[in-house]
Amino acid sequence: MKIEVLGTGCPKCIALENAVKQAIAKSGKFVQLVKVDDIMKIMEYQVVSTPGLVIDGKVVSTGKVLSVDEVLALINA
Amino acid sequence: MWKESVDYLTNDLLHLEGHVGEAVNFFIYDTVKIWFLLITIIFAVSYLRTHFNTEYVRAHLQGKSQLYGNVLAALFGIVTPFCSCSAIPLFLGFIQARIPIGVTFSFLISSPMNNEIAIALLFGLFGWKVTAVYIGFGLLVAILGGFFIGRMKMEKYILMDVKPMEGELELIKIKLTTKQRLKESYNYTAEIFKSIYLYVVIGVGIGAFIHGYIPADFIAEYAGAENPFAVLVAVLMGIPMYSNAAGVMPLVEVLTGKGMLLGTALSFMMAVTALSLPEAMILKKILHVKLIATFFGIVGLGIIAIGYLFNFIL
Repeated sequence: MKIEVLGTGCPKCIALENAVKQAIAKSGKFVQLVKVDDIMKIMEYQVVSTPGLVIDGKVVSTGKVLSVDEVLALINA
Repeated sequence: MWKESVDYLTNDLLHLEGHVGEAVNFFIYDTVKIWFLLITIIFAVSYLRTHFNTEYVRAHLQGKSQLYGNVLAALFGIVTPFCSCSAIPLFLGFIQARIPIGVTFSFLISSPMNNEIAIALLFGLFGWKVTAVYIGFGLLVAILGGFFIGRMKMEKYILMDVKPMEGELELIKIKLTTKQRLKESYNYTAEIFKSIYLYVVIGVGIGAFIHGYIPADFIAEYAGAENPFAVLVAVLMGIPMYSNAAGVMPLVEVLTGKGMLLGTALSFMMAVTALSLPEAMILKKILHVKLIATFFGIVGLGIIAIGYLFNFIL
């Protein structure tokens, strides 16, 4: 599984990245976490409100900081 | 009923009289009233927002004609959240979708101006009429401002080269249940409330002091009809205050009660929300200073015009 956090370095993006890290640890799964901060790459995902969350190439959330449990639910979905 | 309870508390239980009693009464009454309204309105707005994200707005603005696009963008600005930190992806993403920059600016003006905190505070402090006037004229500034910027052919001042995409946008679909939406609204409301409740206390506190101690003549002289430059000064003062809207607005209410004209107050509040320096600094990474200056200039002039218009009519 590959999770990408899309964000240009705003406080919310860092908060989401931390939530994702914790969720991955909780899930016990083997997950590759990538931080995407290149604006052109972010736009390729059609995301215009950061932070965005992409799981296995699919955009699952935009413009908000998810809680650890919410991310965990998305990982297990 | 809330008014009576506070009166009972300050008059009968605490036996506070005169200036002190008035200030304490005002402080308790206003703080709790504003807190209550903030929580209710932010919750309602954030629930509504779970149905519209910026990606949705972009897809709906694509391919719309100039003026219609401006109107639609300004209206969408009311229901979508705005964070100055996503101004860059928003701006570039809109260009990518071939949305004219004038339409993008209509959105960029309307979205922070019609934010839920400002609307909740206005409603709580000034009532629905002033709130309606604020939103109505705010939309007008956003529509006309965006329209004029669009007419000025300023595309060359965008410093980043974005390739316009081919064809129509595919909408990102994120499914949420009502329970998830409620939970999200709750979290968002709690987060916003935590970050602003103290500003409300401070703003109302200073307001209570003015309310109880500073004579009306003093304020009327500086911010009332006797000062023809009041609107101008109010707008200039409002620009650096973006993050403190929650603290500033209770103050404005007290000042209007003491003789500051409503037009001046409206201009000031619009300047606080619509023109923010942090946003300008962020946009500077992708926009030439000339374009940002034009943006601030047009919005500033519009806001000033509204202030004078209202002071003149009312």
